[in-house]
Amino acid sequence: MSKRLFVKGNEAAAMGAVEAGCRYYFGYPITPQSDIPEYLSRELPPLNGEFIQAESEIGAINMLLGASATGVRAMTSSSSPGISLKQEGISYMAGAELPGVIINISRSGPGLGGIDASQSDYFQCVKGGGHGGYHIPVLAPNSVQEMYDLTMHAFDLADLYRTPVMLLGDSVIGQMKEALIPNPRPVRELPAKGWAVRGKSGAEQRVVKSLFLGDGELEAHNWHLHAKYQVMKEKECMSEEYETADARLIVAGFGSVSRIAHTAVTMARAEGMKVGLFRPVTLFPFPEQALAQTAARAGKVLVVELNTGQMVEDVRLSVGAAAQVSFYGRPPGAGSLPSPEELLEVIRKNYDETAR
Amino acid sequence: MQQVFKRPQSLKDVQTHFCPGCHHGTIHRLVADAMDLYGVQDRTIGVASVGCSVFLYGYFDIDVVEAPHGRAPAVATGVKRARPDSFVFTYQGDGDLAAIGTAEIIHAANRGEDITVVFVNNTTYGMTGGQMAPTTLVGQKTSTSPYGRDKSKDGSPIKMAELMAQLGGVAYSARVAVDSPKHVLEAKKVMREAFGYQAQGKGFSFVEVLSACPTNWGMNPLKANARIGEEMIPYFPLGVFKKEEA
Repeated sequence: MSKRLFVKGNEAAAMGAVEAGCRYYFGYPITPQSDIPEYLSRELPPLNGEFIQAESEIGAINMLLGASATGVRAMTSSSSPGISLKQEGISYMAGAELPGVIINISRSGPGLGGIDASQSDYFQCVKGGGHGGYHIPVLAPNSVQEMYDLTMHAFDLADLYRTPVMLLGDSVIGQMKEALIPNPRPVRELPAKGWAVRGKSGAEQRVVKSLFLGDGELEAHNWHLHAKYQVMKEKECMSEEYETADARLIVAGFGSVSRIAHTAVTMARAEGMKVGLFRPVTLFPFPEQALAQTAARAGKVLVVELNTGQMVEDVRLSVGAAAQVSFYGRPPGAGSLPSPEELLEVIRKNYDETAR
Repeated sequence: MQQVFKRPQSLKDVQTHFCPGCHHGTIHRLVADAMDLYGVQDRTIGVASVGCSVFLYGYFDIDVVEAPHGRAPAVATGVKRARPDSFVFTYQGDGDLAAIGTAEIIHAANRGEDITVVFVNNTTYGMTGGQMAPTTLVGQKTSTSPYGRDKSKDGSPIKMAELMAQLGGVAYSARVAVDSPKHVLEAKKVMREAFGYQAQGKGFSFVEVLSACPTNWGMNPLKANARIGEEMIPYFPLGVFKKEEA
């Protein structure tokens, strides 16, 4: 029988990493994610692992690059301003096809911003963030349980596709405490890491690099990366639906706001409105097909985000002309989380318009 | 007949792409010689930096990981911590190590990472076309100090080997030059000593190598070589600045 724990989201992610076999962590303190390095600084050494508090986020991501290049499971974590600093290293890891997990418990911005829940870094995380036109899988948990499960999944995706993977949460998901059942890691066949640098030991030289100067070499490499992203789009999309079967209005939201939206949808159903919720779990690859089908059936989508409109662009691209898309957002700021009643009011307004 | 001189085993049998009179070839050879001495080729992971030296995987017959500009000591930290049995060195120029990578080198050194850092100081950014570096001498003209480096505006050239010697985690720090056969032989001895520190698990070792960049200095190789002795060594003295006993 599985045990049931009561832990914070940040701790759950750290526990998931340990369960996934991660023994190397490199990080730098920043609110609201510091529980992750604190937890791992305590737990990794007894497991013969390594915890290093780096001199900066830049140092940390490059330690991750080095450790991952040797084939071990390793990770870092940070929050928005720290993720900005890590983008250089993430781009290099994407270019050199190095696995690794980056947990981003994002905060509000721009600049120093604040530590309250925000989804204003969607573009930065989902559209590349660093230079060079790459993508990395981005997973958006909305519960403590998912912080655990999706962290384990992130390590598998990283090894399967030889790519950095980001887990994108915010202070609501990272700081809240709720029940966690520590599930075992899903078993998935993963490729051998023959590319990892370990010292030649008589074999052929192995080089981990992102510099391709030969004629046509870089273009070929970029087409190779592009093809990988297409496979991810086919195979790795994850989403969750609630009450969408007969819905005439779909509320779409990810992460923390999806929980508030879930409550609002339940309240709307109690009032007799046929409303459903669509929650992308993978932000890249974005669950285009699943959303397009659900949206076409309903005819209308209301996107809710803790920003002034970012994911809504991917929703519009996904549904095209098949459904009307409207948006309700609250940019970051202390106390700016919408209440379920506030979202219910927005749902009423949009639902009535549908009826007309 | 006894063979007394040959290509180190750790070096590939290929021609280098470096400019005429550049010392990277010589320094590569010294590094390979030290690797051979301790028989670590098969467990070495080299960390290539950004700049002319990035292609070191084309010359060394070892596993290599490429680092972003300045970050080689952080990458090397990750490599060594994950694979403590491996032999890890970085090979970095002055722009890479003493400017953009200052934080990474100081903190890797201060943590006492069990790695070796080869620091090639030619007082300029070579690959990008000869701009002013943190090690550019006062008065030296470069493409971004066309009136000569002005101490009051640009600061003084950084003496990295001396700076490294101040840090608690550093076991060995030295500066050598490769402008003459005598200095090359001294450099060979120092490089061996520095690699020996890691080979014996004694901690962080650092070797600064004064070298020429004839192309960007606008000099022929002989004049460039002479400049090392006439201008660089008086400011960047040769010697071992720290040698921690085991």
